[in-house]
Amino acid sequence: MAKNYQAGVKDYRETYWMPDYTPKDTDFLACFKVIPQEGVPREEAAAAVAAESSTGTWTTVWTDLLTDLDYYKGRAYAIEDVPGNDEAFYAFIAYPIDLFEEGSVVNILTSLVGNVFGFKAVRSLRLEDVRVPRAYVMTCGGPPHGIQVERDIMNKYGRPLLGCTIKPKLGLSAKNYGRAVYEVLRGGLDFSKDDENVNSQPFMRWKQRFDFVMEAVHKAQAETGERKGHYLNVTAPTPEEMYKRAEYAKELGAPIIMHDYLTGGFTANTGLANWCRDNGLLLHIHRAMHAVLDRNPNHGIHFRVLTKMLRLSGGDHLHSGTVVGKLEGDREATLGWIDLMRDRYVKEDRTRGIMFDQDWGSMPGVMPVASGGIHVWHMPALVSIFGDDSVLQFGGGTLGHPWGNAAGAAANRVSLEACVKARNEGRELEKEGKDILTDAAKHSPELKMAMETWKEIKFEFDTVDKLDVVHR
Amino acid sequence: MSDVQDFKSSLSDPGSRKFETFSYLPTMEAVEIRKQVEYILSQGWNPAIEHTEPENAFGYYWYMWKLPMFGETDIDRVLAEAAACHRAHPDNHVRLVGFDNYAQSKGAEMVIYRGTPV
Repeated sequence: MAKNYQAGVKDYRETYWMPDYTPKDTDFLACFKVIPQEGVPREEAAAAVAAESSTGTWTTVWTDLLTDLDYYKGRAYAIEDVPGNDEAFYAFIAYPIDLFEEGSVVNILTSLVGNVFGFKAVRSLRLEDVRVPRAYVMTCGGPPHGIQVERDIMNKYGRPLLGCTIKPKLGLSAKNYGRAVYEVLRGGLDFSKDDENVNSQPFMRWKQRFDFVMEAVHKAQAETGERKGHYLNVTAPTPEEMYKRAEYAKELGAPIIMHDYLTGGFTANTGLANWCRDNGLLLHIHRAMHAVLDRNPNHGIHFRVLTKMLRLSGGDHLHSGTVVGKLEGDREATLGWIDLMRDRYVKEDRTRGIMFDQDWGSMPGVMPVASGGIHVWHMPALVSIFGDDSVLQFGGGTLGHPWGNAAGAAANRVSLEACVKARNEGRELEKEGKDILTDAAKHSPELKMAMETWKEIKFEFDTVDKLDVVHR
Repeated sequence: MSDVQDFKSSLSDPGSRKFETFSYLPTMEAVEIRKQVEYILSQGWNPAIEHTEPENAFGYYWYMWKLPMFGETDIDRVLAEAAACHRAHPDNHVRLVGFDNYAQSKGAEMVIYRGTPV
């Protein structure tokens, strides 16, 4: 039958609900958690999401007939119950790869989490997971260097790396700030870090910070004989300013710089990642603003999606949550997105909230960074959960040591090495952690003091965003 | 302030120089070294021995002792090579390496005989 143009509004499901469709290897797949408005059937809501995130608009237009819409449209191909939530359902949608410009995380997100999130037919919407086809992965630059190259550059093998965020977050002069950096690095840490909101404020302009910090890094290297770095935050108001700061960091011999990928934006991030690859600097990625997007279990974007987008856009480190510290995070879900950062191939695993197989091809992996509210007593659990390919960052847990930063750093380094050594010997860290640390403290007064200082601290807030599990 | 302990480390003291993984722990006893070799072999990694003068430890490349022991599964043979390297270079750092050829990286690396700092 010839296609005729009929103006008006028709049900989305007539065009976009295709339960018999078998997704292709080259399709983008997305899983949305949908709560429809009352009275809207699931198939219609799923089809509406498929339409609004791809080719559709609210009414038929004559120009639809100038193209092969059946080829370009998104297809809602499956619906599933959400365990533990009677209102919501999962909608699975396939998109042809042609809908997305090569190497553009921006284009992916503008489609998948664009207008559709304000769409009236759904009460709330959450992008739970995406499957990026390998053919598309290969068009993205990804991490500038990846885990293995970072290990070679920094000369760190067979253990997690150790870091520390310099505090107070704001207000120190550049010279005093550099002092704090020098002390933690000479004490035994591999990295120190600018806090995310340290950019270039009146009390400490970026240039002086870079100068003093790099003197600290170079002296600590000469003193300890080990390679050190400080994540110089180049996040700036404009890309031009960002590149100016990055160039200066390179000139000073900094091995690593830092960017906030969500507040800075994906265009800036992808550009900076490319610059880092070309210039041989590692790129640490902070995730300020992620909780705005990922914390509400019914609306927004799950962090595993933000993780995948960062790996495509590019970054060598990404904050992952700690599981054990003061910040948000369900253990299984966290383990899921840690795999998505590091592994070559991640299988679908609903117990970790992973809805699709993900093949990363030859794209390098990202180091997960565990940071926030952790101290020496958490070390056995952290080493056990994160394994070697991770950065463990102790801010207060380093700087809050009664004898100062260097002692705090040494305490963390001793406890880390004691845990890794014990693990290699076949001991169970989470069970024998106390004995392992107590033995190590016999040779380290710094660790002994740290263990006495933080012994009683516990964090027992419940997780807000839990995995969806059956409730009845 | 009297109960605050000073952190002893300086450019002028060669004893302040560290040498990466496990250099903040006491020197390993023979039985402890054995367990680390066992760990490397159990991971399927290829053991190797490297050494250097302590004053050159910062460089990426240390001297290889012979060649990596590809496919070696005998703990005692690995320990014997490490001991032979130490005998030949008693003042040098001698480190045990586990090459992970799938990750294209060193899965483990630790100094097991500590050289004389100069």
